Amino acid sequence: MSGRSVTLEPDRHVAPPRLLEGLRVWCTMLAICLEERLVYRGDFLLGTAMRFLPIVTQIFLWTAVFSATSRADIAGYTRDDVVAYYLLTMLTRAFSSMPGLAGGIARSIRDGSIKKFLVQPVDFIGFLLAARVAHKLVYYAVAIVPFAAVFLLCRGYFPPPPDAPTVLVFLASLVLAFLLGFFMEATLGMLGFWVLEVSSIVFGYMLVQYLLSGHMFPIDMLAGIPTGMPGVSVADLVQWLPFGYTAYFPAAVWLGKIEGQELFRALAVEVGWVVVMALACRAAWHRGTRRYGAFGG
Amino acid sequence: MDNSASRSNPTSTPVIEVEGLAKEYRVHDKPEGLAASVRSLFHRTSRVVEALRGVDLQVGRGEFVALLGPNGAGKTTFLKLLSGIITPSRGTARVLGHVPWVRENEFRRRFALVMGQRNQLWWDLPAAESFRLHREIYRIEPSRFTRVRDELVDLLGVRQLVLQPVRELSLGERMKLELVAALLHEPEVLFLDEPTIGLDVVAQHTIHAFLRHVQAERRVTVMLTTHYMKDVAALCERVVVITHGDILYDGSLADIVDRFTTHKIVTLDLDEVPSPARVARYGFPCEVRGPRVVLRVDRGRIAEVLPDILRDAGVRDVSVEDVPLEEIVAELFRSTRPRPVGEPAGASP
Repeated sequence: MSGRSVTLEPDRHVAPPRLLEGLRVWCTMLAICLEERLVYRGDFLLGTAMRFLPIVTQIFLWTAVFSATSRADIAGYTRDDVVAYYLLTMLTRAFSSMPGLAGGIARSIRDGSIKKFLVQPVDFIGFLLAARVAHKLVYYAVAIVPFAAVFLLCRGYFPPPPDAPTVLVFLASLVLAFLLGFFMEATLGMLGFWVLEVSSIVFGYMLVQYLLSGHMFPIDMLAGIPTGMPGVSVADLVQWLPFGYTAYFPAAVWLGKIEGQELFRALAVEVGWVVVMALACRAAWHRGTRRYGAFGG
Repeated sequence: MDNSASRSNPTSTPVIEVEGLAKEYRVHDKPEGLAASVRSLFHRTSRVVEALRGVDLQVGRGEFVALLGPNGAGKTTFLKLLSGIITPSRGTARVLGHVPWVRENEFRRRFALVMGQRNQLWWDLPAAESFRLHREIYRIEPSRFTRVRDELVDLLGVRQLVLQPVRELSLGERMKLELVAALLHEPEVLFLDEPTIGLDVVAQHTIHAFLRHVQAERRVTVMLTTHYMKDVAALCERVVVITHGDILYDGSLADIVDRFTTHKIVTLDLDEVPSPARVARYGFPCEVRGPRVVLRVDRGRIAEVLPDILRDAGVRDVSVEDVPLEEIVAELFRSTRPRPVGEPAGASP
């Protein structure tokens, strides 16, 4: 870049092929990651089946809650809404959850296998993203059958489908949920440069995530809980945090809980968090590799 | 070795230039016992370990350098610094004109590092897939890629293994494929960390022949760490001995033998089991096994002792050898003597 980038001409000329080349490298990585994932297809089948178990418990729990009360809805959710909500968060979490990502990064730092990415002209975060996209694609290919079956069986719980623009926003929110989940967990994994074991940090993160993402209950149920600040509820605060966008937000979009101005504000907050976490992840990588001692051979 | 004549003068075009390179680690001491462990939760004692203490070195294009030293001497730290995996505490280094730990892609496309067995190859996939990925990340032109890959694979005799998942291969087979992966982009500098560790003699020989060929054909600058003197004898003209993070010796292999041995090993096969006095006049008997005697003879005395031995009617056979390299190097490691006088660091003889 040094000598040749004096004028703007060569730079303009150079940039597109670089980008294209980067994309080609990334696609090759994706293809190879896909092949690698397919080695473990049996594990995937089992994992997919297991994913449906917790939701059954949730549905039973809420059925019991509703049968114990005479109210038709709790914080704006009817019994059908709750079932639809849980099924949708399950779908969202199929995008945003990143099993083993942080732990895997920390392990490769600890056992030294990360040094390959320091020596080769390849971007580690880009590689992780390719691996995770491959992971997800193989998962969806396997999981689409049980997912379709469950949604078909439970179609009675769902309100009529939203209009096309909302569906588009919903799909965008799923992709953003994937990116947000990826960058949050990858950043946690990078902490492995500073601490030997990140599993307890990841556990803490999962706990907060479970509570505040809407995985445990819809976040808007927190609207009635005051924070002490006048006119501000816990739900108002939580919507500015990233967690809700990994489970609650896409489900709420589909169910029409968030609309109009609110929808765009929320989408902007989500995009903002994706950018912030992507930058944080890169910063952690840069600082971490600078202090990396490459222990463990 | 025949390519020594064509070797460029290291001081005019150094490929590797190192000045005052030092690396310190902070290690935490964890005392023994549960009570002490609990105490160390609140008060940790740490100390600084100097893995490398201000090393100077210059390596010219096409040189084949062995880094020798006992475990923990700083060899691997040195390779990690030169390949940019870690950042030094002090000092500078340039490899191919680049500061390694800046990790520019232009630099990373021009060198390779082979360290350990599970390095670049994807464990669950055939090596061919890893090669394909390398083609992309090193931007190797497809026709060139095919040519280089086929050549390397044939040299090592592993063509039939490239389509087998790597995890099903033996240690030696994996190492050979690691070497192929490392050389696909035709690096100008190659760092090898114990490339023959744990391999059988045949595999070691194959790898020696391969490295010799690659280095001679492409004038690759190679730096390797090893504990096997066979690697050194087969490959390296230049030896750098590191102990306690310092360069103790830098020179040719022949010079090590010259400089650090005072005697030769003379083995005699006699007619009968000799009396100690009978053989002691030739030299110091280190081993007497039946009619075979192994003697240590001062190098200065060889010329006068040998004629006597040959005239000795009771001697059936005689052989004269240098002290095994292993012994010389082990002695060198144990000694704490400073760098030989008149041998400035970094100067290749």
